[in-house]
Amino acid sequence: MNLDALARPLALTIVSAPACLVLLLGGACLVERPLSERAASRAAGLANGVGLMATLALTVLLLGQGRGRLAVDVGQWVALAEYQFHVKLLADRLSLAMAALSFLLCGVVGAFAARYLHREPGYQRFFVLYAVFMLGMAVTSLAGTIETLFAGWELVGLSSALLVAFFHERPAPVYNGLRVWVVYRLADAALLTAAVVLHHVRGHGDFEVLLGSAAWPSGRTLLAAPHCLTVGLLLVGTAAGKSALVPFSGWLPRAMEGPTPSSAVFYGALSVHLGAFLLLRFAPLLERAPLVCWLVVALGLITAGFAALAARVQADIKSALAFGSLTQVGLIVAEIGLGLRWLALAHLIGHACLRTLQFVRAPNLIHDYHTLENAVGEHPDHLGRSSPAPGPVRLWWYRFALERGYLDSLLTDYVARPVLSVLRFCDRMEHAWTNFLAGSRSLPSDRLLPPPLHMDQPS
Amino acid sequence: MLQEWPWLEFGCLLPALGALLLFRVRRAEHARRMASWIGSATLAATLIAWRNWELQPQHVPAWSISAWLGVPRALELDALSTPLVPLAALLFLLTALATPMTKVRRFSFARMLASEALLLATLACREPWGVVALLAASTVPPWFELRARHRPTRVYALHMGLFVVLLAGGWAAVNAAGPHGDVPWWTWLPVLLAVAVRSGIVPLHCWAADLFDRATFGTALLTLIPMPGAYAAIRLLLPAAPEWVLHAMAAVSLATALYAAGMALVQTEARRFFCYVCLSHSALVLAGLEAVTPLSLTGALCVWLSAQLGLAGFGLALRMLEARHGRLLFTSFHGLYDNTPTLAACFLLAGLASVGFPGTFGFLGSELLIDSTVHGFPYIGLAAVLVAALNGIAVLMAYFRLFGGTRHSMGVALGMRFRERFAVLALLAAIMGGGLYPQGGIVDRHRASRSLLQVRHEIQASRALFVKRALRKGEN
Repeated sequence: MNLDALARPLALTIVSAPACLVLLLGGACLVERPLSERAASRAAGLANGVGLMATLALTVLLLGQGRGRLAVDVGQWVALAEYQFHVKLLADRLSLAMAALSFLLCGVVGAFAARYLHREPGYQRFFVLYAVFMLGMAVTSLAGTIETLFAGWELVGLSSALLVAFFHERPAPVYNGLRVWVVYRLADAALLTAAVVLHHVRGHGDFEVLLGSAAWPSGRTLLAAPHCLTVGLLLVGTAAGKSALVPFSGWLPRAMEGPTPSSAVFYGALSVHLGAFLLLRFAPLLERAPLVCWLVVALGLITAGFAALAARVQADIKSALAFGSLTQVGLIVAEIGLGLRWLALAHLIGHACLRTLQFVRAPNLIHDYHTLENAVGEHPDHLGRSSPAPGPVRLWWYRFALERGYLDSLLTDYVARPVLSVLRFCDRMEHAWTNFLAGSRSLPSDRLLPPPLHMDQPS
Repeated sequence: MLQEWPWLEFGCLLPALGALLLFRVRRAEHARRMASWIGSATLAATLIAWRNWELQPQHVPAWSISAWLGVPRALELDALSTPLVPLAALLFLLTALATPMTKVRRFSFARMLASEALLLATLACREPWGVVALLAASTVPPWFELRARHRPTRVYALHMGLFVVLLAGGWAAVNAAGPHGDVPWWTWLPVLLAVAVRSGIVPLHCWAADLFDRATFGTALLTLIPMPGAYAAIRLLLPAAPEWVLHAMAAVSLATALYAAGMALVQTEARRFFCYVCLSHSALVLAGLEAVTPLSLTGALCVWLSAQLGLAGFGLALRMLEARHGRLLFTSFHGLYDNTPTLAACFLLAGLASVGFPGTFGFLGSELLIDSTVHGFPYIGLAAVLVAALNGIAVLMAYFRLFGGTRHSMGVALGMRFRERFAVLALLAAIMGGGLYPQGGIVDRHRASRSLLQVRHEIQASRALFVKRALRKGEN
């Protein structure tokens, strides 16, 4: 049997295993016949195992044949005379590495969550969202066209935002979930705009056409430099939103409102690296736009510096780990900008694994500290050195780090609030105009209103 | 055998007769049950009519009600209206089914059936004057409802009066020039404005928010979601209107789509929020009609279908919540998730489907619209991207406000009843089914767009020939 004949079912299995899990868990919840905890976690484990095995088998198959890439044309989702929507999967060193990493970490965290969330009221909801996330990661990793990538990207974004708001009986997680969603939607809009521009200039969203048919990390785009600049800038915007790079870093610590397993797998390990994955995928295109490359390096280094500073003053372990993650993500992005693609991929995989371990250990931190203190015989804080900077400078940096670079406030005060103020003014004018036309003092909805609560209200 | 019966006419006549019957029924629950049966029969009749048309598009049934009454045959299906008519029937049926006990006394099923008859007849009518008359007549039932509820009718009456005058006057002016006439540019303006009023294009949209505020939620849903303004644009403007009319319509529609999507973000009450989401979608459909290519038109028609399905599910879910909780304000959290988890999931899925989320029919429709307009009209694609982003934010914001933020404690059960679950799950099945297997739906809409454009090209060609002949005659 030739490689292509084997690769197609394997690639399809990678995507369909989590898709079946979504249908099973989601369908059961919709008809109000949820599975038992044990059945749900076993189904998740099975889907994960099947997906991981298929990924590894495909990797072995490719390596055995000495091929660097394989495009699997799944078929046409829609076929008209003038339009075809191809579903194409791409198996190469980058996509298989990312898919294997996703299944591996999702499997670990799924097993952890089965115990950690035992008897939690949202147990089923967690596993439904977990399945949607896994499906999104599998589709994004193996996407062979920008449309397919976008579909997976959206699924990852939705599941992430809903998991941030997992403990939805409290207002803070809900605010934070909405905040994450707003950033994601804007980043998604940038990605979709990039897809529109690529269609406009090349008439295709196929990576083989856009980025050349050489195996990753080689590849050469045939796009003109100005087009690469435009698309590159849009992709950097997308990556910045998804990977919480400056100035969008504010959502990452907010995302820690979710349960520890989701923090571990989404914000510590996988979701936060998706921006870097996108830049790695489009690396041949970025290469043609040196300005974008320098922007990527600068953005990465600024993010790394900022996150390293902020991580030092966080009062809770999950926020400290989030900023620790961001430091490494910033460095990975800078490596991509410098063209060190293999290093960036190795860094990404290593960091994702380490950070997952740290996150799932986070609930035991106090116990670990007690063990450490008993062993050392004193409080570990006394072992640290104080900063050599003079007092006022140190205080200024401390405030800057504590306020997380004022990034959230800047975005809220100078972007969100002015736009919302204009819209609220229009709304008031509309109410006044309608009341004038109606000849009545107010609409029924006006009479119900207490003072407004805004979506930009701080948590 | 089935092909020799006038199923389409049955489909339009049944709700009309049902309306007459229900005006006499006093018991609300009895009326709801009868409306559901009549709605089911109507849906079945329209589905059979669709099937017959698919089997033999040119076939004329052996006998018809109109011939029996001695009036010309006015109702017939074509490629555009085939899915729209059964979809409208489904929408009315599900609205009747999902009307909770707490609402049956306030919601007039007789008026609902009257509206259904008028809407089905409008969608099945190809004659421009017939469309004008039916669209004018369909403005009446909501006005009666406002009157019956002792609510101010002035905003609605002013806008709908303007709509009827502009539509009838404008179409009379266009027709006065004859079928091939070189119509002065300003004669299209009233028709364009009439479409803008009915579609809720800014700044002529205030009636929609007012209707949502003052009428019952069910009536407001059924007035806005089927997007009859877009149908008027396709039947009256698309075949013969000059390019500039379509460009003007697209420009104002895009502005409206963005504005309404933004306004949905700042609404503090659920009905008004839903109204702006509806307006944003209907404006986007109108904008897609501008780039008169088969693909862009296919995209716009697909968005029309998917938005109808998504908004219907979203609106019905919101209506069910309102029936349990009263008017829903976004100024505080309601925390209803634990009481109605299935309704929460349906609300979210339908809302996301309406904005074209992956896995739903709307995803492919939006893709098609964006892809097809990217060469000639890239601004439509970019605006569609922004609108989808803003509406997506608005949907999740509403979800969090209604289902999260606190824990709602109530002594009575708030779970969905069987009828309600059936209604919402049926819509979700259509949305997801269309998303997983979109080929059938998209091929159907592509066929409709091709036939519409063929009509347009024929009219343009005959007009060009007429002008050429007139010029030649002038030279001689």
